[in-house]
Amino acid sequence: MSALPLETPSAKMAPSLSAHGMTKTFGAFTALGDVSIDVAAGSFHALLGENGAGKSTLVKCIMGFYSPDKGQVTLDGKAISIRSPRDARAHGIGMVYQHFTLVPCLTAAENLVISRADTPSVINWAKERRALDAFMETMPFRVPLDAQVSALSAGEKQKLEILKLLYLDQRFMILDEPTSVLTPGEADEMLGLLHGMCDRGEITVLMISHKFREVKSFCDRFSVLRRGRLTGEGDAKTASVEEMSRMMIGDTQVRERATRAALPEQPMVLELAGLCAEDDAGLPAIQGVNLKIRGGEIVGVAGVSGNGQSALVEALAGQRPLTDGEMTIRGEVFTPKRGNFDRFRVFGLPEEPLKNATVPRMSVAENIAFRSFDKPPIASLGWWMSKAPMRAKAEDLIARYRVKTTSPDAPIETLSGGNVQRAVLARELSGDVDVLIVANPCFGLDFASVADIRSQIMEARNRGAAVLLVSEDLDEILELADRVAVMSGGTITYIAATEATDRNTIGQHMAGH
Amino acid sequence: MNATISDGAMVTALIAMLGGAIRVSTPFMFVALGECLTEKSGRINLGLEGSLVLGAMVAYAASYLTGSPWTGVLFAGCAGLVLGALHGFICKLPKVNDIAVGIAFMSFGTGLAFFFGKPYIQPQAPRLEAIHLGDWTGDPRLAQALEVNPLFFVGVGLALFMAWAFRNTRFGLIIRMTGDSAAAAKAMGVSVDLVRFIATAVGGFLAGIGGAFLSLYYPGSWNQGLSSGQGLMAVALVIFARWGPLRCILAALLFGAAGALGPSLQSVGISQGYYFFNAAPYILTLFIMVASARSKAAAREAPGELSITK
Repeated sequence: MSALPLETPSAKMAPSLSAHGMTKTFGAFTALGDVSIDVAAGSFHALLGENGAGKSTLVKCIMGFYSPDKGQVTLDGKAISIRSPRDARAHGIGMVYQHFTLVPCLTAAENLVISRADTPSVINWAKERRALDAFMETMPFRVPLDAQVSALSAGEKQKLEILKLLYLDQRFMILDEPTSVLTPGEADEMLGLLHGMCDRGEITVLMISHKFREVKSFCDRFSVLRRGRLTGEGDAKTASVEEMSRMMIGDTQVRERATRAALPEQPMVLELAGLCAEDDAGLPAIQGVNLKIRGGEIVGVAGVSGNGQSALVEALAGQRPLTDGEMTIRGEVFTPKRGNFDRFRVFGLPEEPLKNATVPRMSVAENIAFRSFDKPPIASLGWWMSKAPMRAKAEDLIARYRVKTTSPDAPIETLSGGNVQRAVLARELSGDVDVLIVANPCFGLDFASVADIRSQIMEARNRGAAVLLVSEDLDEILELADRVAVMSGGTITYIAATEATDRNTIGQHMAGH
Repeated sequence: MNATISDGAMVTALIAMLGGAIRVSTPFMFVALGECLTEKSGRINLGLEGSLVLGAMVAYAASYLTGSPWTGVLFAGCAGLVLGALHGFICKLPKVNDIAVGIAFMSFGTGLAFFFGKPYIQPQAPRLEAIHLGDWTGDPRLAQALEVNPLFFVGVGLALFMAWAFRNTRFGLIIRMTGDSAAAAKAMGVSVDLVRFIATAVGGFLAGIGGAFLSLYYPGSWNQGLSSGQGLMAVALVIFARWGPLRCILAALLFGAAGALGPSLQSVGISQGYYFFNAAPYILTLFIMVASARSKAAAREAPGELSITK
């Protein structure tokens, strides 16, 4: 296999790929049932579907990670058999995963060279560099080759992943939600470039996505999966967003969204003044964050992941020490300790709740009691804990918040993502809430859960809570927030009322302009 | 201190320390390079202390039986290789913790060496010859200090080679890749287990050679108190050297100098605090562990897959 496409790459043709009758079962569960898709040569094809709809299973079957029970993949009209990712690679089929597969401690150049199947035992760097430079000349975008990957921005890493596929001459590309870590500007640039390469017939792209906006603006065709079945396909340019979303969610009842109640001017509740904190490596993660939030107000913090949002939430939750700055609630200094969370009625819904807000192997009832197990009625005399009131409370909350669990005694890790999130919400929102800190509350959830959880957040706001919503999903922020703040380089660079700003302005600030 | 130390004594002490540093550092160097290789692949082998002691015993026995100390060195390496390979194999099994296995291998290797080594405590085996680098100076103290064992140069050469290989060879890049991101390595079709198995086995080989130096050169006999935890200190040393082979050499020399402190002060007649100065390497280890646990720069350079950094 020649890995160095040094001659004019446009001379190489984009392949077409179809997968026919793909079926994959895991035990009794049908992950993929008789799904067929056709991706024409040089087309930009979107694969839509909710989490768990079978998109990953389908592409993993094409990539050779799974062997399908039935089904046939054809490349350029010829039936091929792919038994391992190596086979896929040999056929020129490559994939960019949601989590980067670059090695952080190697440089960009080292990552490219080692990814080849025929890396020589002793690498002649002078020769490789000449070849790499020549290769980069022909590419629509660049990355610094000598930089360590860990020092690259998410956008650069994503570009390097795609460059790697081109470097390996893999002209059928599968991209798994490639824009989730990019600013809207970077995402548009990247998709535009890919679209251009498709149009010139240099590559064929199959992109997993659930951002309708991107699918509408850049893709040619789309296929939709739901519960392992193909529920629709069509022309991305002509189909409406409503059609696509109906194909995705089917007849699922989506709860009515809570509406934003108009509230009289509320007092200032949460004030952050000059917060600074360091990341695990001792570098500044947040530097001088200032923010004020009134009661009955949601402030949405937008930003590309890795710009300090996680550190901010961790600092507020007491998981990360502050190196400087002060938090006050209703004028009183707030240090994030258990006693103070109770006293100031501060509640939170951190990202990845299974990791950050629960003990996975403890039961649902116990997890729901984390805020109240040392208070009556669960605890008497301040130390004696009785199970009965804890269980009763859990049963009540499980019913009210519609947490689907086999029993209150089931370990919380056995619940689906949406239900873990609901259980945590039940714990955090069931009392009086003054301050609510929420981070990426809907990440990876299905439509019904998303609607539900956003409603709960809005209701907390309507009851007068000051809500800090940190989210990587700009649409979520635009839907929920009264004011939008943008975090870039560890500090808040922009803040505006939601109705006084727009996606473009926010995007530019996210990119640090 | 009872007397002022004369300049001559000072020079003598320094020369003795230099010679001592080179002598004492050599086993550190080999174990540290072995550990460095293993850790670069994403696994910790605490069992290198066992490989070191077993290597020392096997080297002495083989040298005694064959009459050739270099055969002893080779056998010692092979004994370490076997222990390392066993460690690597066991760690491949699911849900096995490399640190726990390493501690088991530390005792296993030492126990094995004591068991088979009993008959070799008395006899005299042929020892490794030193290279006399300082004879031309005409100064007997310098000449003695500059008697350097060839293994020292082998170690330095090996470190240079490793530093080069980690950057310029396919296998070097693959080792760094498995050590930093097993997921990325798997996505490229690299067998992470195999790479770590090889790295652990070769690491064991190097530790075994370090052991051979102990029994065949300095101190130069086989007995049960031969190693004083060099194998374990080498782990601290690798952290101190931030996983760089060349820095491993410098760190080993530093540890060696600390180890030579007591004897060289004694050589000029200062015997007060002898035991305290002999404890210098251990105190140094302690300080280095405390300092490096706090060092965020070290944390940045640690291979991402190591269980101590996770």
